[in-house]
Amino acid sequence: MNQNGDMIQSGIDKNTDKEEWTHAPDGRPASEQPRWRQDFPIDWRRDEYVARRELVKFIVLTSAAFAAGQVWVAIRRIFRLSSVAPAAMVIATVDELAVGGAKTFIYPEGGAARLLVRTGEASFVAYDQACTHLMCPVVPAFAQGKLHCPCHNGWFDLKTGAVLAGPPQRPLPKVFIEIRDGQVWATGIEERAS
Amino acid sequence: MTAHHKPRFVRDQRMTMVTGILAFVVVIVILQLWLFTATVNAVLGGDWNIAWPAALVSIVCLALNLGLLRYLYQME
Repeated sequence: MNQNGDMIQSGIDKNTDKEEWTHAPDGRPASEQPRWRQDFPIDWRRDEYVARRELVKFIVLTSAAFAAGQVWVAIRRIFRLSSVAPAAMVIATVDELAVGGAKTFIYPEGGAARLLVRTGEASFVAYDQACTHLMCPVVPAFAQGKLHCPCHNGWFDLKTGAVLAGPPQRPLPKVFIEIRDGQVWATGIEERAS
Repeated sequence: MTAHHKPRFVRDQRMTMVTGILAFVVVIVILQLWLFTATVNAVLGGDWNIAWPAALVSIVCLALNLGLLRYLYQME
């Protein structure tokens, strides 16, 4: 410790450059500093330097996390390309629903919940039941020709699944429907960009 | 030149440099945040083609950040 000078040594040899020395925070000479500071002289400028360096290190860690997330998304694309299209399955009978009636079903097996709506004597539509905003289940508003998400007042067109109003940015994923021998079949899922 | 290790830069220079590097790293990470948000938005909208190019750009950003961090430690 430097008892005579007006600086506190920063933990390195006193022959080093003056820039490597630091003042106490109150600017008084070392001999006038309280005992605890004389016993444990903290090099405040070095402390600040190390704090910034550690902050850089932490932000680089965040950068690594973002890169890992991007790679994860890209790897999911590979699995997606190699996955097969879901098989067709019966989800209802034609007589089961009156015009304007709706039914939820799971398609494909173990997959997401979908919503089937009968829009006419021989016409059905089916979409993902999860709103594309924050995954709340949508409900049919048949009289208005719309699907409604009550959570944040999102509205979709019943015939196309397109967004009409509210916070959703993307249309509802559509399920392909076919009528075969009085049965309603789900035959695939249409991916749609916003 | 003394017998012990003497840094290439004096303290004030190193302080300026660490602040500059910090600014660069923050800007790059904000770019990565934007890239990740845009990628997830595109993917949820069914556009998966962006996934690999975006991942490569993000890896380049990470490499830049690691290079800056390495330089910071070499500077001492």
